[in-house]
Amino acid sequence: MSADQEQRAIRCLVAKVGLDGHDRGAHVIARAFRDAGFEVIYSGLHRAPDEIVQAAVQEDVDVLGISILSGAHNTLVPKVIEGLKEYDAFEDTLIIVGGIVPDDDKAKLRELGVAEIFGPGTPMKQTIEFVRENVHERT
Amino acid sequence: MSRAAQRELVEELLDGKHRALARVITKIENRSPGYRDVVSALHEHTGDADVIGITGSPGAGKSTLVDKLARTYRDAGLTVGVIAVDPSSPFTGGAVLGDRIRMASNVGDMEVFFRSMSARGQLGGLSTATADAVKALDAFGKDKVIIETVGAGQNEVDIVRTADTVTVLVQPGSGDDVQMLKAGILEIGDVFVVNKADMPSADRTVAELEEMIHMRNDPTANLDLGHHGFEEPEVAVEDEEEENDRWTPQVVKTVAKDGEGVENLVDVLAEHRNYLEETGRLAAKARMRYAEEIRQLLREDTAQLLEAELDRRGGVESYAAAVYDRETDPYTVADELIEPLADCVEERRD
Repeated sequence: MSADQEQRAIRCLVAKVGLDGHDRGAHVIARAFRDAGFEVIYSGLHRAPDEIVQAAVQEDVDVLGISILSGAHNTLVPKVIEGLKEYDAFEDTLIIVGGIVPDDDKAKLRELGVAEIFGPGTPMKQTIEFVRENVHERT
Repeated sequence: MSRAAQRELVEELLDGKHRALARVITKIENRSPGYRDVVSALHEHTGDADVIGITGSPGAGKSTLVDKLARTYRDAGLTVGVIAVDPSSPFTGGAVLGDRIRMASNVGDMEVFFRSMSARGQLGGLSTATADAVKALDAFGKDKVIIETVGAGQNEVDIVRTADTVTVLVQPGSGDDVQMLKAGILEIGDVFVVNKADMPSADRTVAELEEMIHMRNDPTANLDLGHHGFEEPEVAVEDEEEENDRWTPQVVKTVAKDGEGVENLVDVLAEHRNYLEETGRLAAKARMRYAEEIRQLLREDTAQLLEAELDRRGGVESYAAAVYDRETDPYTVADELIEPLADCVEERRD
């Protein structure tokens, strides 16, 4: 492998935000992403929106996957998106949400800029394919 | 990326824009087109940061200690950059970079810039990428830059060598580990930290380390010379003055999760930094690093040049097949390929 050959990897932040302590899904998706060849940064449990923003900006991730099973997505996701905008990191970050989200809320989240919402039972392959196809080209 | 965009990115980084810093490090990691120009442009703004390397076996508490160190520096009004290097899978290239989880004391504090990097299976390229990322943090204006990596092999040793002060973390009761460390990492440590010092075996580990450091400073101490002992050679006496101001590695006890002993560690790190400055070794070390960096770049660049030439001539496989069939041999092939390059260099020489 030569010095100037580009060595690009898709970088993802798998984030648990808020008081929800169910991290099995986040762990499984983190491993699946890793096995798909992505570089995964896992946030750990109980993160505040600010912390997620800090991590997403500093790690310069291509994908931000937010796992929420507590039903607080309408409060937390907008805060994260606001923060990303503040640091000019919103435009080229692919934001996806995993968890239990009612259909009405899905539309709202999409309007805010969430690219896709994956509910329980989504095959890993589908999520990985989605990321591969939709990750923003960066110059 | 256009030249104008590159210049803008550099400008933004120097202006203190976090996004720009993050983006520059990504370019360095990806080796995307133009990253060399960006790093070149940053170079004149570097040289002010104090770079600390931290290494140790998995689970020794590196990330937790880095977190507490960063907090302590922040409390003293200093800004901090952290680069945490984690291994990646040699099969898929994927990685889970988990060091960030431990940065609990610094969440929401943007003045601590924490960046995870993975070893993307680069051949020695990781130390170059790490060194370049350190430059980006340095140019950004970070006072302290901490490089954290698992101490496992030559690659990691190369990485921590880009630091001014190398800290090696050891777990209590890891007598065998200490033995293992002897060969590689023990030699490069300026400061040894026995973390989890609230464990009963901590004192023993401290004693073992101190003994080993003592042995290191006196290479004959461990040898049973008996009556075959030899006179100290003359040269050693000449070096005595230098010997006197040589740094003796310090052993520090910490309990990183409670922050215990971290203040002391900070003092010892500062002490080592002072020592480097006063003896002029800081500059000497930096010059050595740059020399190594130039060599490394040249190696990579010429390798790339040759790789392209090899491809043009039909790839390495055809040569390998010819060698296997005993039509030629590796030395002849290498000579053949390098000849035009050597000729060219000679021609251009003035």
